[in-house]
Amino acid sequence: MSIPVLALEKVRKAFGSEVVLEDISITVPEHTATVFIGASGSGKSTLLRCINLLEQIDDGVIRLDGQDISDVSVDPDEIRRKLGMVFQSFNLFPHMSVVENIILAPMRVHGKSRDEAIVEALELLTRFGLREKAEQYPDRLSGGQQQRVAIIRSLAVKPRLLLLDEITSALDPVLVNEVLSTVRDLKEHGMTMLLATHEMGFAKQVADEVCFLEHGRILEWGKPEEILENAKKSQTKEFLKRVHEAGRL
Amino acid sequence: MNQEVGRGSENSSDSAPYSFGGAWQPSAIEIERRIARKARSRKNALVATASSIVVLGTLLSIIITSPGWKTLSETFFKWAYGFEVLPKIILGFGANLFLTVIAATSVAFFGLILALVRTSRSPAITPFRLLATVYVDVFRGIPMLLIILLVGFGIPALRLQGVTNNVFILGIMAVIITYSAYVAEVIRSGILTVHPSQRAAARSLGLSNMQTLRYVVLPQALRRVTPPLLNDLVSLIKDTGLVSILGVTDAIRAAQIESSRSFNYTPYVMAAGIFLLVTIPLTRYTDRTLRKSIERQNAQGLA
Ligand SMILES: Nc1ncnc2c1ncn2[C@@H]1O[C@H](COP(=O)(O)OP(=O)(O)OP(=O)(O)O)[C@@H](O)[C@H]1O
Ligand SMILES: [Mg+2]
Repeated sequence: MSIPVLALEKVRKAFGSEVVLEDISITVPEHTATVFIGASGSGKSTLLRCINLLEQIDDGVIRLDGQDISDVSVDPDEIRRKLGMVFQSFNLFPHMSVVENIILAPMRVHGKSRDEAIVEALELLTRFGLREKAEQYPDRLSGGQQQRVAIIRSLAVKPRLLLLDEITSALDPVLVNEVLSTVRDLKEHGMTMLLATHEMGFAKQVADEVCFLEHGRILEWGKPEEILENAKKSQTKEFLKRVHEAGRL
Repeated sequence: MNQEVGRGSENSSDSAPYSFGGAWQPSAIEIERRIARKARSRKNALVATASSIVVLGTLLSIIITSPGWKTLSETFFKWAYGFEVLPKIILGFGANLFLTVIAATSVAFFGLILALVRTSRSPAITPFRLLATVYVDVFRGIPMLLIILLVGFGIPALRLQGVTNNVFILGIMAVIITYSAYVAEVIRSGILTVHPSQRAAARSLGLSNMQTLRYVVLPQALRRVTPPLLNDLVSLIKDTGLVSILGVTDAIRAAQIESSRSFNYTPYVMAAGIFLLVTIPLTRYTDRTLRKSIERQNAQGLA
């Protein structure tokens, strides 16, 4: 079996005395999408931030393509170059136009020339139907367009793994769909992804594996049908029921 | 929104669903509204003019007809004499401008460095961070006049070899020392208001700490603090006048020399006028930048 893109082994994270992640072990093979679901505060964002080395873990190992990236000798900047991450909000740099946002990392981090970076940025924008927004500033875009630009920006550095943290939760339902179809498109093109989401319908569509987090532990995991329709644990059922009642299924 | 009305109205011959082209004509009701709006704004202008004339006219006549007006105008507004001494005061004002330019550039530099040191979280910087904090606290808390006196008279009193006695240079130094502390705080507050997610987003893209600061944090921070910095610039221009106490011949000192010769205060009024000539446009401009920056921030809040 080939080495998974990402592997977590018994990862633990605490803020002071509050344990936020405990005994987290997952593997994410290439070209697959793993979706994390769970109540607010269950630790989804923290998990993604740990993988991106924005937070330091307290125990366990995180491997990216087999390399232990939780090792102290690892340069976080080096690792982040291989990862793309999109947050819930405040992703785009408001003082830069869309295209400037996208070319920043290719130019400053990956040493591409401005012209080369712009050509690639425009290709990506065209592919995702945002070509005519290239010169706009973020405050002129809808929330959905902003999130799609944020996704494109993280794609511009050709990441090994894309981390998407509730990228639709700040959006109204109409805008949610355009962002989700962008993610589906990526999935079809073989992007390896790790997502946190409250959109169960979407989770069912893109996920190869769904993990249910509660109080920082993975309570249940498996194929989307197994978890979302035939959950075994009562907590998972309870959570899904509440989500369903909130009209998100 | 007007287009919405236009599309539905009967005189729209062009039926293409999303063409907002020349076919639209304002409807009768809109034309009526426009006429009413115009009439109202004409009336408002009329009221404003009339009330201004009445109020200002009354004030002016009270001042001019008051018993002390004659001596007052002799002492402060002796224009012929004022224009006679004007060249000397303008020459002195050149010193103020020169001081301002030198001080503003140096203050921008030192203020930025201080702000960066204070906001840095790198452990190697810790001692400098402490020093910078003490520096800012101390020099923001002392009246600038005191610093000018301390530097301007204190340093020459040390009689150190190779240290200047030039009051002009010492004056500039005192101004820079004080204003760097002010400006550092303004810039620091700007840096702190940049949303932490912006840093996280930049770091996620692989940008280093320095790159994040340079391309993401500072541009936003500086844009946000431009209005208060411009305010500080206005204050700086005025405060350069304080170095006259060391004997630097600036506009104030020039006016003082003339005034003490003639026992007339018109030179001071002339000096005040020259300061206003520079500070009022700058203040207006600051106001406009502030308004724009608030509008921009509101727009971002909506998005
Ligand atoms: N920097 C921090 N310091 C202290 N506690 C934190 C910090 N960040 C997160 N936490 C805590 O960790 C827990 C998990 O937070 P996290 O943001 O990962 O939850 P989440 O599953 O992403 O929730 P949501 O669905 O609301 O985004 C919460 O109890 C939160 O209060
Ligand atoms: Mg979260």
